[in-house]
Amino acid sequence: MSRKTLTRRQFVAATAMSSAALITAPYVRGAYAAGKLSIGFWDHWVPGANKASTDLVNEWAAKEKVEVSIDYITSNNKKIELTAAAEAQAKSGHDILQMPSWWPQAYSENLEPLNDVMEPLLKQNGDVNGTVKYLGQSGGKWLAVPATPGSQIKGPCSRIDLMKKHAGIDVQEMYPAGSPPKADNWTMETFLKAAEACHKAGAAFGIGLGETTDSVDTAGAIFQSFGAELVNAKGDITVKTDQVRQAMEFYKKLIAFLPPDAPSWDDASNNKWLISGRGAMILNPPSAWAVAKRDAPQVAEQCWTHGFPSGPKGRFAPYLPYFWGVWSFGKNKEAAKSLLVHLSAPTSIEKFVAVSGGYDLPAYANMTSFKTWAEEGPPKGTLYHYPDPHKHQTLSIAASPAPPKVAQQIYFQATLTKMALRFARGETMDQALAWAEGECEGFMRS
Amino acid sequence: MADVVVEQGRVVRATGGRKGSSLRNALGRKSTVAFFLTLPLILLIALLVLYPAFYSVYLATLNKAMTKFVGLSNFTFLFKRETFWMVVRQSCIFAITAVIFKALIGFIVAHFVHNIPAKGQRKWRGMLLVPWVIPPAMSTLAWLWLFDPSYSAFNYTLSFFGVGPIPWLGDTFWARFSVILVNVWYGAPFFMIMYLAALKSVPDQLYEAAAIDGANWWQKIWHITLPMMRNIIAITTLFSLIVTFANFDIVRILTSGGPLDTTHLFATWAFQVGIQSSDIPLGACVSLFMVPILAVAAIFILRDVTKRGNEA
Repeated sequence: MSRKTLTRRQFVAATAMSSAALITAPYVRGAYAAGKLSIGFWDHWVPGANKASTDLVNEWAAKEKVEVSIDYITSNNKKIELTAAAEAQAKSGHDILQMPSWWPQAYSENLEPLNDVMEPLLKQNGDVNGTVKYLGQSGGKWLAVPATPGSQIKGPCSRIDLMKKHAGIDVQEMYPAGSPPKADNWTMETFLKAAEACHKAGAAFGIGLGETTDSVDTAGAIFQSFGAELVNAKGDITVKTDQVRQAMEFYKKLIAFLPPDAPSWDDASNNKWLISGRGAMILNPPSAWAVAKRDAPQVAEQCWTHGFPSGPKGRFAPYLPYFWGVWSFGKNKEAAKSLLVHLSAPTSIEKFVAVSGGYDLPAYANMTSFKTWAEEGPPKGTLYHYPDPHKHQTLSIAASPAPPKVAQQIYFQATLTKMALRFARGETMDQALAWAEGECEGFMRS
Repeated sequence: MADVVVEQGRVVRATGGRKGSSLRNALGRKSTVAFFLTLPLILLIALLVLYPAFYSVYLATLNKAMTKFVGLSNFTFLFKRETFWMVVRQSCIFAITAVIFKALIGFIVAHFVHNIPAKGQRKWRGMLLVPWVIPPAMSTLAWLWLFDPSYSAFNYTLSFFGVGPIPWLGDTFWARFSVILVNVWYGAPFFMIMYLAALKSVPDQLYEAAAIDGANWWQKIWHITLPMMRNIIAITTLFSLIVTFANFDIVRILTSGGPLDTTHLFATWAFQVGIQSSDIPLGACVSLFMVPILAVAAIFILRDVTKRGNEA
């Protein structure tokens, strides 16, 4: 029995041709197109941001003569995750569904490969960072397209006045608006000293130790800056290493300077901590600052978003991308791909960034210097360093580089914060590590 | 031949008549009517309860990727997990403590309300039922703000007495206390209203006779009120135990299972494992584990109720 094989040259040529066709030609309703497209977008917390998405979709729909319906799904109480789980089980639902970070990997078997969309987009918008590739790709296959709405870096948002007064650090000088950072001395050691000084002065850093994403993301970046991995990229458990011990020792010292109820914090607690004027720093995207502009303008005027401190193994910042996925069981996949190309055009991305007041972050290298970030204020330039325009830090996600399906469990079971908290609350290092090792063994199920 | 035909015709007619009347009789029977009246509910339960229940049993037998049948190995895996046994222990502590306090508070408040003159009783009954009629997801949010780390109204009030601040949700003991407190606040009115109904059905003559015999208030409660309310207490306890064991919203909103998983219940941990960590089969296993625990409780309580029913 003869079997026709596809040579590498043929594959490259076919991919290039289909990519070129997708970018240049408008989507034409073919025999397979139903003429309808159902979309599930993340319900943005910024007033008016959803309208921008709707306008962009309608603009595309009018041009392509496709009937669209959009559902805006809140991320509160994991509504998007529940929707994704239900649709993957039912093999029915939206054609395009916006998913948080880990979900393209979790449903990789149910997602349409999007290489023909991503390859031209990467040429057009620039490369994406390693975390987007880690979360969005599997075996060379693009599982989903990085979405600008919702994607965020959870770097430090500091109080200019309190950091200067209590810790002797001028964050504006360290991260000047419009210029590259001068943050060589901004290390984990400096960070810890500043945390101690601010704690003593009654303006503790607002870092959670709970089980929600803000707490886990912070722990992830700190562990990575020490080179500490619970499970390595090959899937081997590497809990009992010197790097993990160093990260744990650091965390124990840090926990002593955090608010006593930090173990119960959720993702809103750090925002409240900053807006109430009680803390000198939180690690969060600029949503807290945006709310402070409305509710506590005197606090907002003193906020400055900047880069993460560096550790022995580098400077890592927590990065949480959202993705747009196309279900393989969707009814109108070609139209869905065409829309994703439209939503990822530079003009669309700039619009997303502008309407979100700079909160939404594009994943592409050439899209980090829009005027929104330079101009937003007060104080003017407060968001300049938010998108990391000078590629000053490694954007990473907690629990990476473990195989994504293992890492997702480390992430959502908050293993990093729990082991640090256990150690800080009196367990010995060996007990805390043994507990974490046992947890990781459990996450190896396939 | 003609006779036979007539005979056959008569026979046929007679049979048809009997069939018609038996169908009429069947339809006219109270049990048949009752069955048809409850059929929509039965179908609804089959669709919304039985199907998901059997589906979750099926899911619990699959591997994490949900591609192959693994029998009971998900359960055996769970039995080896330290966190799972912690969740079992916590669910029991949460449910039993909360039900005891709900029953106790409900019993005491029901007596107070029962002794209020009939004229003003309705107002009190209505007010006391308020916690139970507010959707718990909403009322728990209010509690969350009362316990809030930055803005806690409780800590603010306690500060006037030089107490606190108490880490309501950040310390294991206080976090468990808080979730149980909110559950008791929400569930006690249900006990109160059930006990009040039971109290009203106890004949006054029994108390009068006891008073004549010189019984004090405790003897009246012990020898009259409690025996007369036993079935209601048993059924209410069973229902409440089931609902409290399966609680999700209070813990999810207040602590998300923290700190260090020490307030997780079956439902919240099942959600974390099944939905958030994308291990739906294991999540199904965790939630199914409630079934044997509750079944044992149900068997004991209902057997006791039936026994007393037969004695009566």
